[in-house]
Amino acid sequence: MSILGNRVLRKEDPKFLTTGGTYVDDLPLEGAAHVVYVRSPMAHARIRSIDTSEAVSAPGVVAVYTGDDVDLEPMPPGAPFANPAMVRPWLAKGVVRFVGDMVAAVVAETREQAVDASELVFVDYEPLAVVIDPEAAVDNETFVHEEAGTNVVFRIPEDFVSVGMAPPEAATEPPGLFEGCDVVVRQRIVNQRVAPCPLEVRAAASLWEGDHLTHWTTTQAPHAVRGSLAQTFGVGEEQVRAIAPDVGGGFGAKIGGYPEELLVPWIARRLDRPARWVETRSESMLSLGHGRAQIQHAELGGTRDGRLIAYKLGVIQDSGAYPGFGAFLPTMTQMMLTGVYDITKVFFTDISVATNTNPTVAYRGAGRPEATAAIERMVDIFAAEIGMDPAEVRRKNMVGNDRFPFTTPTGTTYDVGNYEATLDRVLEAAGYAELRAEQRRRRGAGGPKQLGIGLSSYVEITNGIPGSEFGSVEVLADGRARVRTGTSPHGQGHVTAWSQLVADQLGIAIEDVEVLHGDTDLVPRGVGTFGSKSLQSGGVAVFQAAEQVVDKARKLAADLLEANPNDIELDKTNRRFHVAGTPSASKTWVELAQASGDEGLSAEVDFAAPGPTFPFGSHLVVAEVDTETGGVVLERIVAVDDAGRLINPLIAEGQVHGGLAQGAAQALMEEMCYDDQGNPVTANLADYEFVSAAELPSFETYSMETPTPINPLGAKGIGESGTIGSTPAVQNAVCDALLALGVRHVDMPTSPIRVWRAIEAAKGKK
Amino acid sequence: MIPASFDYVRPGSLDEAVSALAEHGDEAKLLAGGHSLLPLMKLRLATPSVLVDIGRLGELSYVNDAGDHLAIGALTRHHDLHHDPVAMHHAPLLSFVAGRIGDPQVRHRGTIGGSIAHADPASDLPAAVLALGGTLVARGPGGDREIPADRFFQGFLESALTPEEVLTEIRVPKATAGHAYQKFVRRAQDWAIVGSVVARVDGRVGVALVNVGPTPVRADAVETALAGGASAAEAAELAAEGLEPPADNNATPEFRRHLARVLTARALAEAGL
Ligand SMILES: Cc1cc2nc3c(=O)[nH]c(=O)nc-3n(C[C@H](O)[C@H](O)[C@H](O)COP(=O)(O)OP(=O)(O)OC[C@H]3O[C@@H](n4cnc5c(N)ncnc54)[C@H](O)[C@@H]3O)c2cc1C
Repeated sequence: MSILGNRVLRKEDPKFLTTGGTYVDDLPLEGAAHVVYVRSPMAHARIRSIDTSEAVSAPGVVAVYTGDDVDLEPMPPGAPFANPAMVRPWLAKGVVRFVGDMVAAVVAETREQAVDASELVFVDYEPLAVVIDPEAAVDNETFVHEEAGTNVVFRIPEDFVSVGMAPPEAATEPPGLFEGCDVVVRQRIVNQRVAPCPLEVRAAASLWEGDHLTHWTTTQAPHAVRGSLAQTFGVGEEQVRAIAPDVGGGFGAKIGGYPEELLVPWIARRLDRPARWVETRSESMLSLGHGRAQIQHAELGGTRDGRLIAYKLGVIQDSGAYPGFGAFLPTMTQMMLTGVYDITKVFFTDISVATNTNPTVAYRGAGRPEATAAIERMVDIFAAEIGMDPAEVRRKNMVGNDRFPFTTPTGTTYDVGNYEATLDRVLEAAGYAELRAEQRRRRGAGGPKQLGIGLSSYVEITNGIPGSEFGSVEVLADGRARVRTGTSPHGQGHVTAWSQLVADQLGIAIEDVEVLHGDTDLVPRGVGTFGSKSLQSGGVAVFQAAEQVVDKARKLAADLLEANPNDIELDKTNRRFHVAGTPSASKTWVELAQASGDEGLSAEVDFAAPGPTFPFGSHLVVAEVDTETGGVVLERIVAVDDAGRLINPLIAEGQVHGGLAQGAAQALMEEMCYDDQGNPVTANLADYEFVSAAELPSFETYSMETPTPINPLGAKGIGESGTIGSTPAVQNAVCDALLALGVRHVDMPTSPIRVWRAIEAAKGKK
Repeated sequence: MIPASFDYVRPGSLDEAVSALAEHGDEAKLLAGGHSLLPLMKLRLATPSVLVDIGRLGELSYVNDAGDHLAIGALTRHHDLHHDPVAMHHAPLLSFVAGRIGDPQVRHRGTIGGSIAHADPASDLPAAVLALGGTLVARGPGGDREIPADRFFQGFLESALTPEEVLTEIRVPKATAGHAYQKFVRRAQDWAIVGSVVARVDGRVGVALVNVGPTPVRADAVETALAGGASAAEAAELAAEGLEPPADNNATPEFRRHLARVLTARALAEAGL
């Protein structure tokens, strides 16, 4: 019996739940100096002068550096195709562009001394006009980067057409887009800025030994870190060892390298001693990349009998002060524009702009939740407009099972799906008809506590950035197996899942499989973990490497047993190879590993999937809305998710749980806010409404397994689905509760004040 | 996240604590549960040069039945107040309110004295003590002094205590005729966006509001209307009278006034009025 598909408990959990893992802040690093960055309290200002003299002579201070001291090549642009005039400096040079921008680095013997001294760095700021609102940024009246002469990073489609990334006919809206529609609904939707809030904040530590650098950092992609360090410091990759020890969450915000981290080795080299930087939670809120931050103008048209015909989405993407990956999130939104629906006529535009705010990055879902939130909200608004049940409108327009592979009007090819079944299943599991009856009863009674039922059917793209991932398997002389993987888990449970893959192939016990990751000296190549890519890339690589090891062992056993390899069987129960029909003539893994000599029993695979995969599902949320206070209580979250074949349903469920919590939190609670002068007003976890278990119901989760043909495991990614599906379901539930009061839409987070205002505004209209 | 440096003393008795304050004057701060003071120090919004740690003074942790009233030691933790049988019996409002503060960690560290002395308008216990018409007992170099709750809260984070005084005891009348606390929050662990406390004491109804101004306040108009025979619903409509509520990310002044009315109506109903 295969161990794949079993709810195997996570091997890594006892460590995390008891003695604790090892995080960058915990590493013993003899003689390390501590780095603290001085950050701008102003959103936009010219630096007249920086006086570091008092700080330099403060107790314990080793050095204080400002922008002029850093003799490194400029940081590479945050993303290819980004406006080169908007590149981030290592430390501010002349101008600061968001609250949290770094102006100086203070290095001291202890962290306490560094913090004390950082208060003695006096910066004379001359305030400049700020641009915080991304819609205002488009007008180019105030520039974030004077030299750029514009706040626009790029426009879709215009700029993509001009560089040949989109065909010329894509440049303009197709004529007669909404022709044939009886009804067209329009809505401005804010997909608000959120802070990723990993439990472990950012940290980096560096040690130079001659020309060799060891760099520990809390990252999702250590090999990319190695590459950028080698480039930054002009050394070969073999001279750099990047290590991601245990990493306490990333959510996409720890994919890219930040100047805070990359300056640590510069400081260590300059001082000729190890150095370490660990940020505070307050710093993390200000300067770890933020997510989402789109303003969307949506138009959806169709017939009175519920057929969707045309959809237009115009996005303004807030990229923050130094545009990087955040500017590109709309490309993912565009890819997933029409979701699970067969809408044939579409037009998508985007203007990615710079503002005087913290840069935006990938955050759990990265551009896809924004697509799903928009279309799922619009389907509900459309359903309300034509007076049809939103479940019915969804069902009528879903891509049918016979259409796969299905290419959408924005050119994305979905591998395989079974969308309607997830809708059926969620409606049944939730008891949809009874819920609607209860809703009618409450509406009739007219009390303050109204019921809302929110649906969302989603499809998303995982492993969306094609490329190969590394995996190797080696059977050791003691019969245990060692896996090396290029993925870099930070909570996802790879150690257990990869052990299952190997145990399944080799018949070795899960406990006897060791998984090495996150260290570029131990793993030769790797891409890392993001975009829900790991199992379907790195997992497959490990699985295939295990298969190859079995083949090698079979050949070796055949040699030793003087038999034909085709006659050799692996008895997984007894963990030995024997000649078919003759169990006594056998070789154990230990014997084979020892006999394999210098060559060893090992295999390496770089697996490149032929394409991305598209998990899907339907979520249903029941919310009770207090129409007097605007308070919302989530009563139920029912989720049906299909991520292809599940290797470990327990781990998959855990990913769904975390995703549902984070997705519901965006809909209901979280927003990173700046005031109109660019001061962050939610810069700690008291003001930033980070969700807790007390605000969430017990999740009701169901899985379906429609295997993908894209990889031999049949597996898709499950890391982000929960977030993608739940956000619109929660928002739709809140809006649905208010529908009978004449409220059409409430932006996220659907906080009490927003709900209350929406009700008041609707009263005013009546 | 690292406080500025400070000296630390841990007096062995209340008297020693009073002397330590007298010695260091307003450079010093008492440290009780630390759950208001330490966050401020970590953000360097408070930088006392001496901390006088009274956290372990067992003599200030008690809930006593004192005949017509209840006497609560200033160092009684929220958790202990919440579960104290004497408090549950004679001042069920106070015990209930203590159980609605923050999260379990906060309730195990935070003290009623710290909460009252800190005088945060967003805190729960100050409004409860106001509604009950309690009395605060402070000890300074000159001995003990009693301060009625109505005169204790003087401004934002400002109390009637002098820098040399230790709040030692909180006295509240026994009140079992009905009570309610409507605390409106987005997250279980949060401070109230607005709260409304109702206490029924000796035929009188006390109503106090949380987070609607620089101090916790009595809803005078509501109390007067009720005393004059108005219905609970009519009286609740007056809850926002005279308020100048703050604006923040969760609420505008207007929304706070609205919530004060809604929550007071609910609290009055819940208290059986
Ligand atoms: C995450 C979090 C959530 C919270 N949520 C809530 C909430 O929902 N509702 C709520 O009401 N509170 C909340 N609090 C605050 C908590 O209740 C505090 O513990 C309380 O307000 C202060 O009590 P303390 O004993 O911790 O005081 P400390 O922090 O030690 O002291 C606070 C101030 O009072 C002074 N002081 C302390 N004791 C005395 C005394 N005996 N005499 C004179 N001065 C004294 C100190 O010098 C200091 O200035 C929360 C706190 C945290 C950290």
